[in-house]
Amino acid sequence: MSYKTKLMQGNQAVAEGAIAAGVSFFGGYPITPSTEVAESLARELPAIGGKFIQMEDEIAGIGVIIGAALTGKKVMTATSGPGFSLKQELLGYACIAEIPLVIVNVQRVGPSTGQPTAPAQGDVMQARWGTHGDHPIIALTPGSVPECFDLTIKAYEFSEKYRTPVILLLDEIIGHMRERIDLPTSYDQIVKPQRKLPVVSPEEYRAYKPDADLIPPMAPFGTGYRWHVTGLVHDEYGFPDGTPAATQACLDRLHAKINNNLEDIVLYENYLMEDAEIAVLAYGGTARTAYASVDAAREKGIKVGLFRPITMWPFPEKQVKALASQVKHLIVAEMNFGQYVIEVERAVAGKIPVTLHAKYNSEAITPAELLIAIENISKQQ
Amino acid sequence: MEMEQIVDKYFRAGRLPHIWCPGCGNGIVTGAIVKAIDKLALEKDGVAVVSGIGCSSRASGYLDFNTVHSAHGRALPVATGIKLSEPRLKVIVVTGDGDATAIGGNHFIHAARRNIDITVILYNNNIYGMTGGQYSPLTPTHSKATTAPFGTVDRSFDVTELAKGAGATFVARATTYHTPTLIDVITQGIQHEGFSIIEAITACPISFGRQNKMGSAANMMKWQKDNGVMLGAYEKMTDEQKEGKFPIGILYKATAPEYTAEYDKVIARAQKGAK
Amino acid sequence: MSLKVHMNRCKGCGICVEFCPKKVLAVSQLEKVEIVNEQECIKCRQCEMRCPDFAIFVQK
Repeated sequence: MSYKTKLMQGNQAVAEGAIAAGVSFFGGYPITPSTEVAESLARELPAIGGKFIQMEDEIAGIGVIIGAALTGKKVMTATSGPGFSLKQELLGYACIAEIPLVIVNVQRVGPSTGQPTAPAQGDVMQARWGTHGDHPIIALTPGSVPECFDLTIKAYEFSEKYRTPVILLLDEIIGHMRERIDLPTSYDQIVKPQRKLPVVSPEEYRAYKPDADLIPPMAPFGTGYRWHVTGLVHDEYGFPDGTPAATQACLDRLHAKINNNLEDIVLYENYLMEDAEIAVLAYGGTARTAYASVDAAREKGIKVGLFRPITMWPFPEKQVKALASQVKHLIVAEMNFGQYVIEVERAVAGKIPVTLHAKYNSEAITPAELLIAIENISKQQ
Repeated sequence: MEMEQIVDKYFRAGRLPHIWCPGCGNGIVTGAIVKAIDKLALEKDGVAVVSGIGCSSRASGYLDFNTVHSAHGRALPVATGIKLSEPRLKVIVVTGDGDATAIGGNHFIHAARRNIDITVILYNNNIYGMTGGQYSPLTPTHSKATTAPFGTVDRSFDVTELAKGAGATFVARATTYHTPTLIDVITQGIQHEGFSIIEAITACPISFGRQNKMGSAANMMKWQKDNGVMLGAYEKMTDEQKEGKFPIGILYKATAPEYTAEYDKVIARAQKGAK
Repeated sequence: MSLKVHMNRCKGCGICVEFCPKKVLAVSQLEKVEIVNEQECIKCRQCEMRCPDFAIFVQK
């Protein structure tokens, strides 16, 4: 594979990643700071025979891609906080009906209209719990423009493999930053993720009968397999079944499908963690700050490292518990009032102190601010 | 084909009896849909039926096609996604008065505006039946409903006029009494290349009829007989004669560019490199 | 037999009884359709057309 170096925006890199992964359908609604994803795909999709539609509202934006996913397409929608809130019902529908799709949420200051053009990381808990009912979810957070490209392809790997919606949880810093990316000159050699197709005959096909890996093959509409999709709790045929046994079975498998595969799904990065005594935990745009603060702290002789979750959900339980055995203090830096820190504290279970460095006034945490926090913790040791 | 054979062919095996109440007209509308599909000799694999939520929307589960029982009010966006991504599929939407005009109202307007080749069959029973009898935007004013125990003050409206205004190119109405007309307009609606809407007036004797003292299911069908008038005859009536009556048959038909065909032209242009 | 009934589908709604021009049908104590006047049946198919439950069909 040959590459070309480009200066590219994070949102645009997401769009490129979608094309590279074989996405052929985008439906959505404009909302700052995600609109560039839609605009890029409005240009690029028809040029490769794909389809783009701007729908009448955010809910229609996810509705239309659910429809397209049912005909076998890889699909994407993109939004920010207010739109993400509107999409929750159908996100849950896609969870229980096991429909592969990717939702890009480029986080901005909230709640409500908040600040459309300023960054925040306030939708982290919503990404996990925004839709009602018990459901697992996969959410991935890139920390750079190249990672926007790579992680989008990864999002489709997970979405197609596990028959689940995946959230690409960016923040406005990553979405709108421009930096160097070495892009393949052709996407032909990139393996396109593909959901399992049925091997049995249409007569034998049961749309929600799982294989041993707990994932049912998914036949595209119009290919000879006629099946029923519903948001009601359903049996293996896909027909509504509200008995306690069917409800238990339906929900158990939905969770096991994800929770049995954490080794595959939970992605993270350790930076200068080998001999670290203090760890910073940061993600997305905040991680960019953290690299600089950690480097500066190291210059001052402080043994600090960065643990960067890339998979936000499922929560990197094992990895954070291991951190609590490795370092003496954990600093969670995030651009909200403290959301991910709640999970971190839960996993750490009091073994070591956890300090929250929160900033939510629409500005990024600066390397200097975070360095001071690291230094203060270091002095306490 | 005989009706019994049609039922055996197009309904999923072992799923009858359906859940609709004794006397509910929904079975008649659903039967009309499969009769229309049979008349047109459509291949089952090439048909997608998308419904929302409500009594009418349960129809999709019974029918042996590619079927989706989506979320309340959201059948049209899902149907749009199926049709735009795979235009060779015949896409039929089954919805109700609440599903389509209340929560689904915005999607209804825009699907009509796009003139996308989808056929909507709106089962209008003037009530939210599934949830026990609350009023919908198509419940006649002053009707009793569980959320209007003293009678509604909401005005209702003519969904066929909304459809026309929004850009639908095939607009029709029929009732479960006027079964041959119902089958005919559904057949023509499916054949029509563009956004088709058929308002199917159907009785809900249990939730609407009982609260409003409309009598038996058969009585409610007789009401349909007495008040549904073919458009030609309706237009010749005086305002006095029109009181309480409604026109049925094909109410409006036009030709306009169909959405998926237009987008194919965009693809052709984009692939030629033109901006 | 000019009429075939799927008893498991019939819900005794009475529509077929009302619309039968020859009073062939009735609703029984068990709230199901019953054929009370088979010989009067003219196979007009009103019952078949108006049954919401696909419970009654005219046999050729």
